[in-house]
Amino acid sequence: MKRKVYIYKAYERFWHWTQAFLVLFLAFTGFEIHGSFEFFGFEHAVVYHNAAAVSFMILIVFTIFWHFSTGEWKQYVPTTKNIKAQVQYYLFGMFKNAPHPVHKTELSKLNPLQRIVYFLLKVVFIPLMVISGVLYMFYRYPHNGDIAGINMEGLSTVAALHTLGAFIMIAFVIVHLYLITTGTTVFTNLKAMLTGYEELEDEPKQTKQ
Amino acid sequence: MCDKSYNKKTCKHVFLQYTYYFFMKKIFIILIIINAILVSGIIYFTKHQKQVDALQLLQESYSKPHTPSVDHTKFEILQKKFNSPQEVTAACLSCHTERGKEVMNTRHWKWQNEEYIEGRGLTNLGKKNILNNFCIGIGGNEQSCNRCHAGFGWADSTFDFHNQHNIDCMVCHDNTGEYFKQSGGAGNPDPSVNLNKVATQVGKPLKANCGYCHFYGGGGNNVKHGDLEDAQLNCSRDVDVHMAKTGINMECVDCHTTEKHVISGKMYSVSSTNTNRLSCTQCHGNTPHELSIINEHTVKVACQTCHIPTYAKANATKMTWDWSTACKLKNGEPYHEEDSLGNHTYLSEKGTFTWGKDVKPEYVWFNGTADHYMFGDKVDTTKPIAMNTLRGSYNDPAAQIVPVKVHRANQLFDPVNGRMIQPKLFDKEKGKGALWKDFDFDAASAAGMKYIGQPYSGTYTFVQTESFWPLNHQVAPKEQSLSCKECHSTNGRLANLNDFYLPGRDQHAGVELFGMLSIILSFIGIAIHASLRIRAHKRQQTESKTIEQ
Ligand code: HEM
Repeated sequence: MKRKVYIYKAYERFWHWTQAFLVLFLAFTGFEIHGSFEFFGFEHAVVYHNAAAVSFMILIVFTIFWHFSTGEWKQYVPTTKNIKAQVQYYLFGMFKNAPHPVHKTELSKLNPLQRIVYFLLKVVFIPLMVISGVLYMFYRYPHNGDIAGINMEGLSTVAALHTLGAFIMIAFVIVHLYLITTGTTVFTNLKAMLTGYEELEDEPKQTKQ
Repeated sequence: MCDKSYNKKTCKHVFLQYTYYFFMKKIFIILIIINAILVSGIIYFTKHQKQVDALQLLQESYSKPHTPSVDHTKFEILQKKFNSPQEVTAACLSCHTERGKEVMNTRHWKWQNEEYIEGRGLTNLGKKNILNNFCIGIGGNEQSCNRCHAGFGWADSTFDFHNQHNIDCMVCHDNTGEYFKQSGGAGNPDPSVNLNKVATQVGKPLKANCGYCHFYGGGGNNVKHGDLEDAQLNCSRDVDVHMAKTGINMECVDCHTTEKHVISGKMYSVSSTNTNRLSCTQCHGNTPHELSIINEHTVKVACQTCHIPTYAKANATKMTWDWSTACKLKNGEPYHEEDSLGNHTYLSEKGTFTWGKDVKPEYVWFNGTADHYMFGDKVDTTKPIAMNTLRGSYNDPAAQIVPVKVHRANQLFDPVNGRMIQPKLFDKEKGKGALWKDFDFDAASAAGMKYIGQPYSGTYTFVQTESFWPLNHQVAPKEQSLSCKECHSTNGRLANLNDFYLPGRDQHAGVELFGMLSIILSFIGIAIHASLRIRAHKRQQTESKTIEQ
């Protein structure tokens, strides 16, 4: 039996799409600063990137609060259970029309691979971007009508880390965009993140004890 | 690419339905919220620091004309007939009794100063004992060069620096515009000058007073500095926002304030220490920009770097000087050649020149200290010899990026003794070894080196030299200041300043390689995976069709 489930709550969808927009915008302006192309013009790219970065950090603060106040953080704790099955599914099962090895429910929205990837994103890559970005930003800062600075030997390391992280974020977005087409239908996952609702199978009997 | 449970039609239908739903309803709300967040971010970053008012106040206060407190025509002592310029000075000193001692303590009088120079210690340094790469040095050429000395009669090493009456008050304080010094007259006024008229019309130094020497260094207008020339007596804001006749029309001494005749500000062609300097921030403050990120640049970038995009804006300045071609004669006579703008490109006396107009500066790190080629220094000729060295690097907290004019020359060198040669250039008569009379490098080198007490082996050659002239004037209107891209790009103005990471110019090869590979591999992985999915999907469709049949 299928049932319609309200799986992504309003704040979660708001967070997801705002973050999607901000990351794409940060990547776009960031790589203009990086010298990869010219669109807004360097000065505007910097101002926009900084503004979007501040917005992103505000969003992150709210979202951390949301994760803990709703207990949703538990969804992102990595697990090794079923990980092999999930890998096999992506590599082979999917082409044989095998069923998804891990059952999706409101309480467990993510399969083990998603858990690992999103967990890394939350605790490694986004913090990497934020920390290197904030250092980049406040390496010099105004102070009492003058300019002060933190004691850092130039931007080389910070910029290398920030750019490295940026490439990883982009690779993530590319793969993410593809993987959301692997739901029950091509648009199932997109639809769910837009409307909040997804049709989920009833839980298999053997897990109902 | 739709899954088996839908056929193509429903698939398209669902897609359209949700695109519509998304665009018409959700995106509206989402966009409003995103915008709110973005706007708050932008506001955070563009906090205005009411700098416009500050600039206006400065403009007002500096465009007020100066009213002198006395009228010198009323002083009887200035009415008498002056037989020599020294008598004028004596008259000045009869009222301004202590000023003579002050002047005698300044660089304008001594042409050198005791300064601490790293690697040399406490050193008396100035035009008396350094060489440059224009007319090289004053030693033996005092009658000509010392026309710009603030004194009368420094014709050779016997000049009396302790006689107050030798001070030339008029060259700086003449307000008639009629005072000038005799060519080759060792600083004495031209005999045609009406000393009585000048003496009764003295006042605060005007642009023309400072410019009388500082515009014409090197033997012609704008030859040396590139950012100081007689066009600035009457120019538009495009040439110089401070000195513009149609702008606030500032005098040199408005910025170069003076205490006990010591004038603030210094030129590193002759100075070495980070003292008594003038800076833009003394009037404009340390954070004059609206954007904080621009203010933050001032830690490492001097104001001049962005605000003097080009120099020699009105008239050309000398960029290179090749002494080695001098001394050619036509029918036994010296000759000259000119370019289309009337600048000398060749003189038998001096050699070959190139000129530049609207020149983009070069950029160096500078911490306010410098070194100079001094008499007797031995040099390394494997690279161009720096006649002055501006010190600093990225890691030096006192250093900033400054714009400079680099003047390059090819000049006399003694390969046996390893020293730069001071040739004797000027004399009133032939046969005394002066290059400008006898056109003989060897004789000029021998006479010049003997005069300054340095050995000369009898062999001369020519070596490449450079001198560095920090640019401080000809500040452009703010709309013309450099845009970010001028430096934050691969082939920008800072392409040669490589000791630090500059965003937009620099990339880490490893990071780029890793990044491009991960993106390409992502796409390849997706392509393989997607094609396998499509194939599986098609196979299933044909399978289910065969089952149906
Ligand atoms: C809160 C998060 C972030 C902060 C605080 C931040 C901050 C910054 C800052 C201050 C700069 C330097 C701009 C300048 O020249 O002044 C920068 C550069 C850059 N940013 Fe970000 N950023 C963040 C997130 C991102 C994200 C998510 C991406 C891409 C996915 C990104 C990509 C880049 C790139 C490629 C550069 C150019 C680096 C270089 O060439 O040196 N940033 N960022």
